[in-house]
Amino acid sequence: MQTNDTGNDHGSWPLWEIFIRSKQGLDHKHVGSLHAADAAMAIANARDVYTRRMEGISIWVVESRHIHASNPDEATSFYDPANDKVYRHPTFYDLPDELKHM
Amino acid sequence: MIPASEKIFQDKVDQDIRIEPKDWMPEAYRKTLIRQISQHAHSEIVGMLPEANWITRAPSLRRKATLIAKVQDEAGHGLYLYSAAETLNISRDEMIGQLHSGKAKYSSIFNYPTLTWADMGAIGWLVDGAAIMNQVPLCRASYGPYARAMVRICKEESFHQRQGFEILLVLSRGSEGQRRMCQDAIDRWWWPSVMMFGPNDDASPNTAQSMQWKIKRFTNDELRQRFIDVSAEQVKLLGMRLPDDQLRWNEERQHYDFGPIDWEEFRNVINGNGPCNKERLAARVKAHTDGAWVRDAALAHAEKRAKAQKQDQEAA
Amino acid sequence: MSLQHTIDYTLHLADNALVLGHRNSEWTGHGPILEQDIALSNIALDLIGQARYLYQYAARLMNEGGERKPASMTRGEITEDVLAYLRDSWDYKNSLLVELANDDWGKTVLRQFFFSTYQYFFYRQLQRSRDSELSAIAEKALKEVTYHLRWSSEWVIRLGDGTEESFSRMTKALGELWPFTGELFQPADYERSLVPAGIAVDLESIKPFWEQRVKEVLDTAGLTIAVEKEWMQGGGKQGKHTEQLGYLLAEMQFLQRAYPDCEW
Repeated sequence: MQTNDTGNDHGSWPLWEIFIRSKQGLDHKHVGSLHAADAAMAIANARDVYTRRMEGISIWVVESRHIHASNPDEATSFYDPANDKVYRHPTFYDLPDELKHM
Repeated sequence: MIPASEKIFQDKVDQDIRIEPKDWMPEAYRKTLIRQISQHAHSEIVGMLPEANWITRAPSLRRKATLIAKVQDEAGHGLYLYSAAETLNISRDEMIGQLHSGKAKYSSIFNYPTLTWADMGAIGWLVDGAAIMNQVPLCRASYGPYARAMVRICKEESFHQRQGFEILLVLSRGSEGQRRMCQDAIDRWWWPSVMMFGPNDDASPNTAQSMQWKIKRFTNDELRQRFIDVSAEQVKLLGMRLPDDQLRWNEERQHYDFGPIDWEEFRNVINGNGPCNKERLAARVKAHTDGAWVRDAALAHAEKRAKAQKQDQEAA
Repeated sequence: MSLQHTIDYTLHLADNALVLGHRNSEWTGHGPILEQDIALSNIALDLIGQARYLYQYAARLMNEGGERKPASMTRGEITEDVLAYLRDSWDYKNSLLVELANDDWGKTVLRQFFFSTYQYFFYRQLQRSRDSELSAIAEKALKEVTYHLRWSSEWVIRLGDGTEESFSRMTKALGELWPFTGELFQPADYERSLVPAGIAVDLESIKPFWEQRVKEVLDTAGLTIAVEKEWMQGGGKQGKHTEQLGYLLAEMQFLQRAYPDCEW
């Protein structure tokens, strides 16, 4: 398969691995991957998808092909809902106390 | 004689030690996982469509915003799952190709139409409810990236179900037209939700292997029974009824008895004869086709930039 | 300057945000790639959030000022939903740019770029408004809009300077959208009257910034404005809209109109 200057198969956006350091965090943690045409887009997408645009978060993006791994032992990442999107909190909804299993 | 690598693999699974992308795994495990994870991903993406239908008609600004957020979450879930599947050495493009060609399946429930605003409530309460029941156990699935994706998904899913129930609750306390809308949606979405759990256990030959591999933690019938038990109680709070005349608490079994499932309908909907199969797939294919020039342009631009950067570096 | 002018001004800002948020939300489930579906939905959510703050403020002013309710409303007070769902298009004060149909992705990102550039410089100024509510809303919105501006700028450049096809689509989009950009800087009477009191933004003061930023990005994208001094479309701020708003509102308002006086 012919590769171009970005080293990717023609026609598809490269895969990027995403690393996030939360506001209170010490290190960047691997949270997953996504497709983007370039680094700026990868960061913007990561912000949209993996942080729901929380502020004060550091994002690293690396094209997957540049990652060399032994046996990754990835920590589970911590999900924090964006602060003003109150309706994302399960407790936001006014539901009867008798309602179970929700 | 079982090869050593397979024994090590199964030991890990038995001890709830996660299998990670670089670990050895049986080819059948890898193939099954690819199919299961990508099917789940496709379901999230196709599942956006019946709800996205009502975004422009959401009856209040709050509902508008929360519905967009919900559908957006589903896009995100699809993304987490495609991402997990890609660690098994299949590309997003390949998976999308399988969906669009009809080769890959997605959850049959999304082939039903959303006809009223109450459907937004019913989908949140019943469809997401069924999905949660399936997904929570998968947070302990044996394959690491899959389990982690499920953890993230489950955290977001709980707000979806509560949102749906609340929509129905408000309708159930509203005007006569709204109450009718509520019951009508429940009438249409109940049985398809019950069918979401798949065929009966005795008609599911793959279940035993999947459970041994811990990519399935409970059987179809177990999950389905749990769902029915829980929903039968919840519907009372709406003052509505589930459309099943045979639904009855069985004191002996300590479960609800329920009526027969129309497997004929289920098979037909799965095989492309549901009310919206063609439209759903056509919408996805159209989005992909219409978007080709955008993807091509973004890639072309990235190439130009990379070339320019290289030249700058060489000139420096 | 009067209470009515402040109400009209606030409604103008709210209508802009809601209508564009609504248009953007039409892409949900149909974007060119999953990640962008999420990105544009996020922008739609931000805009609808801005609209809600603004409508809530306008509603408060109207209730306090003993405002007459729209004819179609029978319940007590005015709410954000009354304003969004029970006003007809002649009461909507959004600029025409935001109500135009989406067409393709190129036209969508270009429209977003023009509008976000305007909102960026606009909110930056509005932060200093003597109206404390408007300044607070502006401050909050500015963070979001900064991101919208960056996102849309990058896309305009990507598509302008991408392939031949993307270039020709962007050129077409530019030709179609440019005549609607002028209205952003044509103050309505209610805007003009609020400037001396330091409540409204003086559009003349932000126009040069907008023009400069737009030129920079279009240049980088390889796009040129065909006719600089083109006749600009207007009337939206005064409630005279394109034919498209009627359809948009018919769809958006259907449930509230078909089932009046209901809670949702």
